[in-house]
Amino acid sequence: MNKPVRVLAVGCAVLFGLLLLNVNYVQFVNAGELNDDPDNRRVVDAEYARERGPIFVAGAPVAESKAADDRFEFLRTYNQPRLYSHLTGYYSYLYGSSGVERTHNDVLSGNDPRLLFNRVIDLVSDRQPKGGNVLLTIDQRAQETARKGLNDLPDDAKGAVVALRPETGEILSMVSLPDYDPRRLASHDFAKTTAAYKELNDDSGKPLRNRAVQERYPPGSTFKLVTAAAALSSGKYSPDSMVTGQATYRLPKSSTDLGNDGRGSCGGDQITLTRALAFSCNTAFAKLAAEDLGAEALREQAEAFGFGDDVIDDLPGDATSVFPADPDEPQTALSAIGQFEVASTPLQMAMVVAGIANDGTVMKPYLVKEERSPDLESLDEAEPEALSQAVSSAVASDLRQMMVEVTETGTGGSAAMSGIEVGSKTGTAQSSDERNPYAWFVSFAPADNPEVAVAVFVEDANVERSDVSGGRLAGPIARAVMEAVINQ
Amino acid sequence: MSSALAAASDAFVHRKRRGSELLLLALALAIGISAYAIIGLARDNEVPADLIWYGGGLTVLAVVAHLTVRFRAPYADPVLLPVVVALNGLGLAMIHRIDLSLEAADSQFGPFAPSQLMWSALGVTLFVLVLLLLQDHRVLQAYTYTLGLAGLGLLLLPLIPGVGVEINGSRVWANIAGLSIQPGEIAKVCLVVAFSGYLVVNRDALALAGRRVLGVDLPRGRDLGPILVAWAASMAVLVFQRDLGSSLLFFGIFVVLLYVATERPGWLVLGTLLFSSGAYLGYLFFSHVRLRVEGWLDPFGDPDLFDQIVEAQFGLAWGGLLGRGLGEGSPTRVPYAWSDFIATSLGEELGLAGLMAIVLLYGLIVERGLRVALLCRDSFGKLLSVGLAVSFALQVFVVVGGVTGLIPLTGLTTPFLSAGGSSMVANWAIIALLLRISHLARRPDPEVWTPGADEDTQVVKLR
Repeated sequence: MNKPVRVLAVGCAVLFGLLLLNVNYVQFVNAGELNDDPDNRRVVDAEYARERGPIFVAGAPVAESKAADDRFEFLRTYNQPRLYSHLTGYYSYLYGSSGVERTHNDVLSGNDPRLLFNRVIDLVSDRQPKGGNVLLTIDQRAQETARKGLNDLPDDAKGAVVALRPETGEILSMVSLPDYDPRRLASHDFAKTTAAYKELNDDSGKPLRNRAVQERYPPGSTFKLVTAAAALSSGKYSPDSMVTGQATYRLPKSSTDLGNDGRGSCGGDQITLTRALAFSCNTAFAKLAAEDLGAEALREQAEAFGFGDDVIDDLPGDATSVFPADPDEPQTALSAIGQFEVASTPLQMAMVVAGIANDGTVMKPYLVKEERSPDLESLDEAEPEALSQAVSSAVASDLRQMMVEVTETGTGGSAAMSGIEVGSKTGTAQSSDERNPYAWFVSFAPADNPEVAVAVFVEDANVERSDVSGGRLAGPIARAVMEAVINQ
Repeated sequence: MSSALAAASDAFVHRKRRGSELLLLALALAIGISAYAIIGLARDNEVPADLIWYGGGLTVLAVVAHLTVRFRAPYADPVLLPVVVALNGLGLAMIHRIDLSLEAADSQFGPFAPSQLMWSALGVTLFVLVLLLLQDHRVLQAYTYTLGLAGLGLLLLPLIPGVGVEINGSRVWANIAGLSIQPGEIAKVCLVVAFSGYLVVNRDALALAGRRVLGVDLPRGRDLGPILVAWAASMAVLVFQRDLGSSLLFFGIFVVLLYVATERPGWLVLGTLLFSSGAYLGYLFFSHVRLRVEGWLDPFGDPDLFDQIVEAQFGLAWGGLLGRGLGEGSPTRVPYAWSDFIATSLGEELGLAGLMAIVLLYGLIVERGLRVALLCRDSFGKLLSVGLAVSFALQVFVVVGGVTGLIPLTGLTTPFLSAGGSSMVANWAIIALLLRISHLARRPDPEVWTPGADEDTQVVKLR
């Protein structure tokens, strides 16, 4: 009976070989993927046991870990919780993280391979290992101004403000309201944390969503900048080209008349393109797009500004702005004035203005300017990166001049600053008939050498459905933010 | 000159190797005791005060076991006992470490280490008793049917209302006199003896070949009775106790023994087909089997439902190559980290290196057991040692493969490591049996006085 016994010996060896192969797979081959799983609490716990690095704005920590005397050694605290809630995000034991806490977790937690050397040194010298530092591009005054402006609007208005440095793409200010206090989610009192998360998550105002990058809205008349850019880039138009200024425009193949928000004509049957932009003339841009440029030219222009792209890496879950696929002629007409299915994040509209202000080059927006080791050695410094050449330098120059006209003679008067030329564009977009319209305002200044480009978006603004009123609401916020950046 | 006697004295004689065993035992004890000390250092920054009791207790157990072997089975295999002591010590240390975490978390479970130490002592006592009382394993052959019935009875014991207890969907526990035991573990030993005794007697009939299909001699139809009975019994275990692991274990042992007894691979083929079809039917008709398969194929599809498997995978990954270190991981994130999932607890804290070492220790036990079978000179002893070794191999494969995600998860204990009395006692008895058979197999032939040519034949003078 020895032959079967030898066969079984081989069989058992095979079984044990399979066991060995499998544990090698799980603990070695697949280990990285398992450890990256956000559900893997062991990794989170280990991060919690380590001193997480701070997030800095202008030299002062806005998020830092402080010694705690409970079962975790450190508690994450936020020094200006609401002002920076959508930028730092939260860092919660139960609910993971968001914002920069999430996108730069490796450096903050100390897991980054570039910090390996520090970890080894800490181990040898028996020091507590620490996470690295993250420095934001935010201009503190602009940030405070933007939040105050939005917050002071009547009726608990929701909205977002984005300010960019056109030349680099640095985010100087980013505010989204309603916001929240990330300390409530970082708390170690888990009963309270759970209640807080439930409350925030169930809130119809969606305070956990960063409206500046995670939500898309119809951009309304601010999208006419893209339509105007497409018109100028086609070579068939100049700022002085004559376009229709009539009170209504019958949409192609339909019996629907498009008007100018009840303002009648835009100052004559034929007006210049500059005037059409200054007075936000719906009929002019709708006809121009539907009967001459076509949907494809509009889409190409929109995509050149960043529509359809994932534009920011420093914040998680950003929405992609879209121009509708294959619109027919009436839909194209509506798309040209930022209605129909055109949808844009406030960040994307800020990028359109920043691109125009930066001679047509759209820079990739970024929020983190530097990562440093716990010993303050620089690990990585952000390099400004061009995303695309949206329009030629000449077209950009024309558009800037046209936008200055909007401020000086048109709908954008509320952004005017004394002694500094400002380019701007207003917008009001219908979301639905039952809801209040969205108010938009985009601008840049100074016109001859732009230092800042701003997009202000007010959701659910309790105003009349007209560009002027939207401009009145959002314009002063944009002006205040621009002043905060320029007067430093 | 007598050629017979000359041949006997020239024949290969196994050495006793008790000294090697003692040396290996010291090593095994060092593993268990230092593990205990390291855990104290990791958790409280000091060598635990009760190390002397723990280490002393483990040492006494090992020395008692060693002395019993030295005097009652001096030719027994020298590797088995040290390997078992290493596993037992490591298991105790790990259970103690899990106790500390459970205590810190105010868990309703635990502590398990004190009772585990007690069960280890009981296991060693049984080990000693078997070696003292059982001079020759062949005695057991006389109890073939008694043990067979006892095994079957024990196996079905949990099904009796009032005695059986259902835990985690499996009805494999019995509550007797306040003690919660897993009779299946003891049934395992009884049934291996019974199978061996039955097959030794009936092997000739079962070895007759029937039809030949694809190069394999299938048995005759009229000989299918025993395997069908074993299959029906294992299916009953699957259906009524919802215990895929035990079902596979018992049927597997029977089929393997059938194969060894008859030397016909046809039985293996037939057995595999029978079990696969049974398991497939179980998959089709029973939701608990389906759930196990789903949890194996895609645990991450529903991490809340398959929390145990998912956490075990995370724990293994977190352990990585060298482990977090004893006392430094979070094994209690896995439910039943101290029993069914102790292998992944060890994998988390000792890493891939440690878990592979543990698997290899089991492999060593199995291959040593099969070696006993090869050396054994009687058929019953051969079958018995093969049965015991293979039961070990199957059990380790099923439970370690289950918790590490190689095969669907089934509830079996990890021999010598898992917290649990029945398994500890039964497995110590298995090792004692293997050592007994091994001693008889390796022992030199007793010198027998044979009247032969050397003697001056007394010739009756006729003159």
